[in-house]
Amino acid sequence: MNQATVHAPAHAAAHATVPQHSIKLYLMVWGWLFVLSTCSYLVDYFGLQGTLRWSLILLFMIVKAGLIVGVFMHMAWERLALIYAILVPPVAVLVFVGIMIFESDYTFFTRVQFFGAGS
Amino acid sequence: MMDRAASSTLGDARARPPGWRGVADDWSSDQRAFKNVSWGKVMMWIFLLSDTFIFSCFLLSYMTVRMSTTAPWPNPSEVFALEIGGKPIPLILIAIMTFILISSSGTMAMAVNFGYRRERRTTALLMLATAAFGASFVGMQAFEWTKLIGEGVRPWGNPWGAYQFGSSFFMITGFHGTHVTIGVIFLLIMAHKVWRGDFDRERRGFFTSRKGHYEIVEITGLYWHFVDLVWVFIFAFFYLW
Repeated sequence: MNQATVHAPAHAAAHATVPQHSIKLYLMVWGWLFVLSTCSYLVDYFGLQGTLRWSLILLFMIVKAGLIVGVFMHMAWERLALIYAILVPPVAVLVFVGIMIFESDYTFFTRVQFFGAGS
Repeated sequence: MMDRAASSTLGDARARPPGWRGVADDWSSDQRAFKNVSWGKVMMWIFLLSDTFIFSCFLLSYMTVRMSTTAPWPNPSEVFALEIGGKPIPLILIAIMTFILISSSGTMAMAVNFGYRRERRTTALLMLATAAFGASFVGMQAFEWTKLIGEGVRPWGNPWGAYQFGSSFFMITGFHGTHVTIGVIFLLIMAHKVWRGDFDRERRGFFTSRKGHYEIVEITGLYWHFVDLVWVFIFAFFYLW
């Protein structure tokens, strides 16, 4: 993926640089997105619980997101400088998630401790 | 703002070493960082990055209130169930909405492809199909909101448990629905321009006075796929979790 992006030949105009893919590629991704969505729906339909449920939901979610960004949004064929500029900053969100997990645990603890059951 | 002539001289995708070294070369070149990417596409990507942070903050606040409440969280599988043929089917409307949005992404991706092949009628029809899928998605969302409001869900309370459920639900799906609606309008305007042949004749836009190119179809597509992408995360975190 990266190799192809970096060694792309020089183009006359920015507007002409989009590689042309066959429609078949899009239909295949479309089909896979249907399959993956059905899978994640079935996780709920069959009422899977616990770690299995969460790991499957996250797995299907990440694969779907990857297909959409990579193929539909053509990110897989973009220049590496753009890929990193767009995909690296959201990592900060994961740090934020970590912070807020600590924070909400603390809030939960104080609520149980000082207010008893309630909202 | 780089015009086409400038972008062809400064925007050469010269051979760069692979990996981080090449990225560093691109950024330190004292010209433009994104060599072969037009400014319009870069701007859309940067807008989408900022939108990513907005939706991330919504989902994060949802996570925080859900983790910190002592009241039980309403079971989305039951809340969003529909009675079909006398028995409740869990999440069925949400599943249909998911498939509709994915289908709209599929037609959009093909519209972009046909746009670059300069087949304007096929492109416009595929964009109209995308807009129709999007409009039906918003319609189903309106149905879902009506149903939940009828059952007594409010941003400040609901019959089943934690009050934060209502506020998170209306905030997240409302903001996403707004994005879909804006996307439908954006698609209709662009489909009209494609159908009229604006991008074959490089007709100037009414707002920017710039020459139109088929690239705008791809930029519209980027926005539309992003809306679908956000729904993937909402579906996983709000409806399935």
